[in-house]
Order: sequence, then C-alpha cells, then structure tokens
Amino acid sequence: MSKEYPGNPLNSKDFKKALKTKYVPTAEYAWSAGHAINRFLTGLKEGRILGIKCRSCERILVPPRAFCEECFISVDEWVELKDTGTVNTFAISYLDTMANRIKKPLLPAVIEIDGAGGNGFLHMLGEVDPKKIKIGMKVKAVWKPAKDRKGDITDIKYFKPARGGV
Amino acid sequence: MPRRVAMIGAGMTKFMRRANDTPKEMAFEASKMALDAAGLELKDIESVALGTAPDAFDGVHMKGEYLSDGAGSFLKPYTRSFVGGGTGVFTGAHGWWHIASGMFDTCLVVGEEKMSSAHPHPQGAFLTIFDNLIERNLGPNLVWIFALEMNRYMTKHNIKKEDIARVSVKNKGNALDHPCAQLGMKITVDDVLNSETLAWPVQRLDISPTSDGAAAFVLASEEVAKRVTDDPIWIEGVGWNVDTTIWTNRDLYYPKYVEYAARMPYKMAGIHNPPKDIDFAEPYDPFDYKELHHMEGLQLCRKGEAPILTREGVTARDGDLPTCPSGGALGVGNPIAATGVMKLCELYWQLRGEAGKRQIPKDLRTGVAQAWGDLMQVGTVVVMRR
Amino acid sequence: MAVLRKRNRREDQIFVEGNIPMEYLYTVGPTLEPFFRKLKDKGEFNGVKCGRCGTVYVPPSLFCEACFEKMTKNVKLPSKGILESYTVAHYDHLGEPLSKPEIWGLIRLDGADTPFVHRILGDPKNVELGCQVKVKLKAKAKRTGSMNDIDGFVPA
Repeated sequence: MSKEYPGNPLNSKDFKKALKTKYVPTAEYAWSAGHAINRFLTGLKEGRILGIKCRSCERILVPPRAFCEECFISVDEWVELKDTGTVNTFAISYLDTMANRIKKPLLPAVIEIDGAGGNGFLHMLGEVDPKKIKIGMKVKAVWKPAKDRKGDITDIKYFKPARGGV
Repeated sequence: MPRRVAMIGAGMTKFMRRANDTPKEMAFEASKMALDAAGLELKDIESVALGTAPDAFDGVHMKGEYLSDGAGSFLKPYTRSFVGGGTGVFTGAHGWWHIASGMFDTCLVVGEEKMSSAHPHPQGAFLTIFDNLIERNLGPNLVWIFALEMNRYMTKHNIKKEDIARVSVKNKGNALDHPCAQLGMKITVDDVLNSETLAWPVQRLDISPTSDGAAAFVLASEEVAKRVTDDPIWIEGVGWNVDTTIWTNRDLYYPKYVEYAARMPYKMAGIHNPPKDIDFAEPYDPFDYKELHHMEGLQLCRKGEAPILTREGVTARDGDLPTCPSGGALGVGNPIAATGVMKLCELYWQLRGEAGKRQIPKDLRTGVAQAWGDLMQVGTVVVMRR
Repeated sequence: MAVLRKRNRREDQIFVEGNIPMEYLYTVGPTLEPFFRKLKDKGEFNGVKCGRCGTVYVPPSLFCEACFEKMTKNVKLPSKGILESYTVAHYDHLGEPLSKPEIWGLIRLDGADTPFVHRILGDPKNVELGCQVKVKLKAKAKRTGSMNDIDGFVPA
C-alpha cells in the first residue's frame, strides 16, 4: 500500500467556513395502499386485525399481501385474527424519528399476532415498564376510539402486556 | 464455463466524517490510485462497474451517472449496481461478470459514498427503509431495526453485551493500523458499555457513524493479469441473495440470506469446510453484533458460537480466524458502498502481503468478504484466493 | 383471482401520505472553491487545462474525464464568450406560468472548450444563436461565491 492517501477531511468548524450550496428537495407522496393493505387498513379502522391465507403453503400472512412471496401465487382468503400477540423482539429507544434525544423512551417491538404462526408486524409497546419487557411476553392491542380511527397503523395506539399491565 | 478473474490493483481515499472533496473527486482519486497500482491507463479499461447506495445519501439524483466520469467511464460501457449496504461487496460480483463472461478483459470497479452532505444527518433518507404504508407513521428511527435484530440475536443465544462489545474494541483497535481510518481508537469493553444508549441494546460505540469515501480495484482476465503482474489474486467465487422485505415475518436471529449467498462462492471455490478452508474474513460490521451474526451466516462457526470465538481471541489478527483485520466499518468508517469495496481491497492487500502494519502473521491463501444491506435482507459474498 | 383489480368506488381507496425530509449542504470542494472565491473577490473567471489533450474546462474540474489525469494548469479566461444554444422558458420548474419569460443559455467563454448554463438577460428578440455575450456580475458586496454571483449574460 502506498503511503499517501487522498482526501480532504473537514472538522465542523472548517465545514462551516467551506463554500457550499444548499438544496432542500420537495418530495411529497400519496401512496395508494394497494389491494391488500387497503383492506388491512380498512380492517384497522373497523377495529380488526386481518390476515390472508395462502392456499398453497397455508401460512397466515400478516401484514397481508396480494401474493404469497414463497409460493408466488396470488392469495385472497381473508381471515380475521385476534388483536393479541407475543413480543418477538423489542427495543428501548432514546431517539425519536429524526434522531433527536428523548427522555421518555419509545418502545418499538415486532408483535407476532396470535393465530398467524409467528407472523406479525412492527408496532409500539405501552403501559409497561421498559425494564420488565421480555421476548415472549403476551400483549394485547389498545385501540383508538372508533371515531378517531382513520384506516392507519396508528389506529392501534400500542400493545400492552396482556395480563393486567406490568 | 466462466473465465478466471483476477484483481490486479486497488486504491482508496481516506474515509472521513465530512470530506471537502466532491463525490466525483473521491471516485476519481480512488479509481486513479487503483489504475496506477495495476500499472494501467484509462485506455486499458474496457468496462466499468460502479456501486453506490441510495441517491438520497449523496443528495444527487441518478448518482450512478453523476459519478461515471469520476469512475473512468467517459464513453465506456458502464453500469451501476445497488443492493443497499450489500453494494460494496456486490461490486465484486458485478465486476466479475464482465470478465468471466468473456465480454471484457478488464474492468474498473468503484464504490463511493458521501453522506455528510445530508444535513444535519441522513435520517430523512434512512426513514424510507420502513414500509411507507404501515410502518413510517409509527415514527420509527433507523436504529430501531438494528436494536430489534440485536435483541433477538442476544436473547436467542443468551449472549451478553460484553461479548458483543469485544468486536467494537477489536475492530477500532485494528483500525489504528489503517492509514485511511476515520475511527481507529483504543477503547475497552467498559467504554462501549458506558457509552450513550441510543436504542437499547444499541449503544453509541456499538455503531459506525456516517462517512465519506471511495475505494476501487481493477479486475482482469487471466491472460491480461499474467502479463501485468506476477502475483494476481483470483476472485474464486461470488454470491448474492435476497430475503423478503417483510422482515417482521422472519426470525431475525440468523441471517439466512448470508448463508444462501455464501453457498454460491463456496461451491465455486471448492470450500466444503469454511472454518478450515478459509484463512481470514471481512464480514460487514456496521454494528458490532453484525460481525458475529454474519460470521454465523458465513458458516465460519455454529449459530451462537461467534461471540465465544471472539472472547477467546480466535478472531484477532493473530488468531486462527482473523476477522476484520482492516478494522472494518467500525474502525475504518462506513461510507456504505465504499466500505464493501474497502473490504475487497483488504483481502487483496492481505493476500499479497501488502497490508503493512495490519498484515496477518500467518500464511494466507483464501479470504472471504461479505456485506449486507437494506432491511436486513441482502447478502453478498466474495471469496478471493492467492 | 387476479392480483390487479379495478377499484370502482373512489372512496374505497386509502392513500398514505408521507415525505422524504432532507436538507443538503454540498461542499463545492477543493477544486471549485478557488474558482468561486476568485469570482466573488475579483469578478474574474479561471478555467483549467488538461496537460494531455489541452481541453480547457470551466468551471474547473479536478480531472480531465477523457484522459483521466489531474489538471493543475490554471487558465485566465475573459468574461465574454459565445452563446452556443438557448431556450426561452414560459413556465417554472413546478409548471406554473412565469410572469416574464426567462432566457437560459449555454455559454462558452472565449478560450474555453466547455460551455455552462446561465441566464441570458434582456429581450428574447435580441438573442441569436452564436451571438457574442458578456457577463453581468452582481455588485461585489452582494457576491457570495456561487454561480449566482453572475446576474446573467447580455448580448454584446
């Protein structure tokens, strides 16, 4: 390896002094939810968690999708699932979405929905002491009141421990 | 029957927290260095394969085309590949196709990233990793994904944070011997365990921060390689694999996509017993636990065994299976696509005995590099041999 | 059943809104910084010449893309040149009509081989392909070291 390596690093002070151009892109989107998620989100508005069954591998797919990615066939057998599940994994986050430090941690978790053979989705935990969360813990959805639900993942406020809270 | 492909020269820029140099300039510097090392001029290059991660990181649309002139592609057959964080090692496969297919005799392979233009940080771009329909409205942060995967891995195998922290200590220490390193430092396990908790179990010293940099190498057919050097290093195998983006339906404790990606080059290179047949490894280590996770996916040890090997010093530079002798992403820096290319360059320099203070003190014949990307779903693996 | 099906009722559709919140500060880099500082402080242009093929680039680049060599030979250039091409825009980049049409041109300074984009000032009637143009700079106090230190080019 040769001795001299190219590159002109700047410390934060030099960065402020360096000549720069600024650009703030406007990138705004309205994504159509598509065939499967449309129905899933409508289900959430109705206070229900829906899954879809693949007739070939018989997996219950949640979040639902229009095709089974393993069998590569379209699927349409909708099933209503319970709104309870198990914590597959969780984190205790002191960062919010834009990486600002927060004092009261956010508790993201992957929740395996009961009846879906281990399949589930990302959501938040609430009404729980972070130190007491365990992988394998049973949880139940806490819903927004019906009038406040609009067909979004946040129609479920969070999942709380199933047996009376910890 | 694919033709044999050799690496005949490599180069890279410093990896920096924020570079004054523009992305094109960094691509040029790394490319030029690789050409000079190979003793070639631009006219000798028949094709160019460039890897770079999302346009949003550098903030330049159609980044592949933007970088092309800095990657020596003026009026040449040029392609850009992108598989998230797996891109850097994937460029080895991407370049390999050009020569192995018989279409070209030489290929310049480049990786570049400049993440410091995103101000104050690229979080806005990172957020797009989450599902736009059912995840983004939860207000997630990129670190959550790694924290969730790390927790699952630790809990499944009952691994203590101390053993994971050892990887950060090892790699940042190794990087002190790398002239381009951004993050080489001497730290202890306690330093890692006492560092700020970002999203438990991830703490500040468990991760590599954003970086700017570029790296490049030159590939050649056997005929050209033997004309140009006495010591070509062969790309013996390439592999790549993708798992579903529906990451919440997978068990995150084990990277199947790395195992499947590794099967391809292991078959090509006649590797039947990876821990025995492979002398050293450069798995992707943007987080300390990922080195362990990936070692297991690469079949370098059994599931859950990687932390034990680390604790026992097996993965130290003077151990039986030196892992990330370069200092890895944790120590050298992580300009996403350039990191993987840096790892391939490290295999090259180590196999040629040119790694200077980082040189592994044992006879080396076979090395493996691996990278991983997107929603923990892409595995890319390259095996190189002297 | 087919995956794609026509939705007949608009109220059936759920749209999820979002954005990609980014802000970029691009360093102009060690090659362009001296160019912009000279423009700001002295109101002058310099290009750079490839030692191998002789191509003169302005604004300057670190390397000649054809020869793949570093360029270090600075060339002082006049503040005038040729209008290689131009267009008259009637809508802005968001598709909104402009109150006054804007003229955008490709200007190649005398002695340079590469043109660059900038505004052409004045009435479109006075602009002709291939005509001579000269720079109109902003007042020194208003210059910051960017392409906008140039107000535009006027037909000479």
